[in-house]
Amino acid sequence: MESLYLLVPVSVVLVLAAGWVFWRALESGQFDDLERPGLDLLDDDDKGGKPPV
Amino acid sequence: MNPAVTAAGPSPSFEARAACFHCGLPVPGGIDLRATVLGRSREMCCSGCQAVAGTIVAAGFESYYETRDPPHAGDALPAGLPSISIYDDPLAQRQFVARVGGHGRETLLALDGIRCAACAWLNERYLRGLPGVASVSVNYATRRAQVRWDDRLATLGGIIGAVRRLGYDAYPFDAGKQRLNDRKEQRAAIWRLFVAGFGAMQVMMYAVPRYIDDTGTLTAEADQVMRWASLVLTLPVLLFACGPFFSSALKDLRARRPGMDVPVSLGILAGFAASVWATVAGGGAVYFDSITMLVFLLLGARHLESSARRKAAVQLDRLARWMPAFAFRLRPGSGSDGERMVAHDLCAGDRVLVAPGETVPADGILLAGSANVDESLLTGESRPVDKTAGAALIGGSINLSQPLAMRVTAAGLETQAAAIGRLIERAAAGRPRLVEAADRVAQVLTGVVLATAFATLGGWLLVNPSQAAWAAIAVLMVTCPCALGLAAPIVLTSATGALARRGIVLTRGAAIESLAKVTDVVLDKTGTLTEGKYRLAHIELLGDASRDECLKLAQALESGSRHPMANALMAVPCGGAPAGLQGVTHCAGNGIEASIGAKRIRIGSLRFAGGIAGGPAGIAEPQPGESVVYLATESGWLARLQFEDALRSDAAQLVEGLRARGIKIHLVSGDDPAVVLEVARALGLERARGGVLPRDKQEYVASQQSAGARVAMVGDGLNDAPELAQADVSFAMGEGAALAQRYADLVLSSGKLTGALDAMTIATGAMRAIKQNFAWALAYNALALPAAAFGLIGPWEAAIGMAASSFAVVLNSSRFMAAVR
Repeated sequence: MESLYLLVPVSVVLVLAAGWVFWRALESGQFDDLERPGLDLLDDDDKGGKPPV
Repeated sequence: MNPAVTAAGPSPSFEARAACFHCGLPVPGGIDLRATVLGRSREMCCSGCQAVAGTIVAAGFESYYETRDPPHAGDALPAGLPSISIYDDPLAQRQFVARVGGHGRETLLALDGIRCAACAWLNERYLRGLPGVASVSVNYATRRAQVRWDDRLATLGGIIGAVRRLGYDAYPFDAGKQRLNDRKEQRAAIWRLFVAGFGAMQVMMYAVPRYIDDTGTLTAEADQVMRWASLVLTLPVLLFACGPFFSSALKDLRARRPGMDVPVSLGILAGFAASVWATVAGGGAVYFDSITMLVFLLLGARHLESSARRKAAVQLDRLARWMPAFAFRLRPGSGSDGERMVAHDLCAGDRVLVAPGETVPADGILLAGSANVDESLLTGESRPVDKTAGAALIGGSINLSQPLAMRVTAAGLETQAAAIGRLIERAAAGRPRLVEAADRVAQVLTGVVLATAFATLGGWLLVNPSQAAWAAIAVLMVTCPCALGLAAPIVLTSATGALARRGIVLTRGAAIESLAKVTDVVLDKTGTLTEGKYRLAHIELLGDASRDECLKLAQALESGSRHPMANALMAVPCGGAPAGLQGVTHCAGNGIEASIGAKRIRIGSLRFAGGIAGGPAGIAEPQPGESVVYLATESGWLARLQFEDALRSDAAQLVEGLRARGIKIHLVSGDDPAVVLEVARALGLERARGGVLPRDKQEYVASQQSAGARVAMVGDGLNDAPELAQADVSFAMGEGAALAQRYADLVLSSGKLTGALDAMTIATGAMRAIKQNFAWALAYNALALPAAAFGLIGPWEAAIGMAASSFAVVLNSSRFMAAVR
């Protein structure tokens, strides 16, 4: 049972850390568009070529 | 020939053989254009689609065709794109383009034509490959592209041109603060949801040992540690995530009109206070887990609701974007000298020059000369309108003839086009009666809940004081006026969005309820069952030239014209090379003249063509109601071309669909009874009346209503306003966005009659979903409230119950949303 005195505060700190990570992801715009970036997987840089201008 | 008879037959020139691989429209007969896509030769409907497909393949983005959603016919580009070069005007750019460093430029473009995520991907990848473009990010949800470029290597006009080469269109978007706020708010909402969700999860972990401990292994000290940890993690949930509930409850209290956030906020605060007291005092039950879970689930339900709302809003936003971004303002006292400026900043009294093919930037008065404008976007009337000096011009119409000078009478928000935008917004505010009734019930329920909570507190204090606080909190938490409040908005917004996606603009929210109950449909003929658009019906040869020769000459003359009769003419296939003409001149209001070899040739009115052909003698004059043009050269008459207004291709489909629903159909028109009966016969309608005056039409609708019918009226919305208003629910046909919609509850802006069927399906589904939601919410509350008051439900069960009932409502609504997508 004594381990709880360490583990519970550690879990609180971990939650706060996870919250901070999520906040960073949110602020970098990762949640602004949930549909299009999925197609980046199809993206093959050498296949893209140069569009004619 | 009788137009009604031929109108019923299929048009031979549009017999579809295959669908265009790029845009999905049927490939017209006589066209054989191909492009090699994904290793196979594909049919294309026009050289535009062929060029776009070629561009996409040449740039190496063929995989777009594998990942896109299948195209719907009708997604093709709008006609009459404004010229690109104006976007490079530095003055105009000030409005939308931000400077980033010395030569960096950044702007937000609104993209048109994006249908699926693959379209967004294609645009992003293609633009990123342009020289000088530093970064591109396309947001699929909002259809906006953020582009950054180097102004030494690229121009905004070039970038927009590249988008157009792909077959889409882009408009510089005024990066107003409102949108920025929108994104900030959206992020804040997700952040709140996360804080509440993560808090709830963790607090639940601390709570579970206490719930499952029946052997006494959990010591009081360990329990106390977990209580304090729960308290710490509940604090951010309460202080940050609950913000929207508290602020809305506070607003309600100030207005002395308690809404559903009041009991929720009271429950949360009271539960938290009691739990804190129990933690500090070291005894009694704590319910941090219930509070955090309640907040998380409520926020989740609201998040789903607002994202549904946002999706619907994107659709409506497109309709409000037909006004041009720029205008050319003339200097006072000068004839042609002036400056390019942002159309929104025009003032009444300014003089503006509008180039041919450009959009009139504001409402105004034509200053001099004559002009030919297309007001179809605003009135649905596709026939170009001739204007003379002093005539009123509507902002948003397109100048088809020579440059015109106008004096602005209303600009920006005061224009008629802006009024339409407000109309659409107003629709969002109006709600079905059933929903308004539900809101009143929810308000009464809120009062009942508050009263019950106090009664419970008082009652339990007399019987068992230790239970009193928790029973009262359970009452506050368990009741769910939220389910009542949430029941309608999600369904209604997704219904509005689904309608908008099908080109149906809802202008009065309450129409959804009436639409679901319709028993009779009254149809108008002209512009409703018929297209209000021309089709070449008949060519009468007047000279020696063959039909094909006449057609070729007529097409060569009309090829530069935007007149609907010209469009009808160009749609007729005829073999061989086009006729070579010189010096094609448009004579406004009369026709077109050119020369072929040494001879002059004219197409136009009887008098105009007769002017070179030796007078109109012996040639049949147009009958009233007929649309005829004449073709003649200096050596004599060539042909008489008769156009007619054809039945819409989906008129039969509409009739069939309405019949399948058991809806009675009436055809009532002001036209010649013989013509109306002919149309009725072609469509197999029993109830048809011709020669009906507008006032009698209204009486006809009223008489049906007094016989117990719920009448939907479909008209063109222009001259049938009284009967549209008389009907329980009204549709107006209007391509683009008809001004007529001020009279109609719904506008079929796609020009598809079957939109009325779609609208009925959606409305019926929406009302069913709303009723299910209400039934569920009322039943739940009727059971839960007494149970909580008598102490049968603890706060944690109450929190689960309340959240589950909200979620059931949201899920049921999402089911509807998925069904109508």
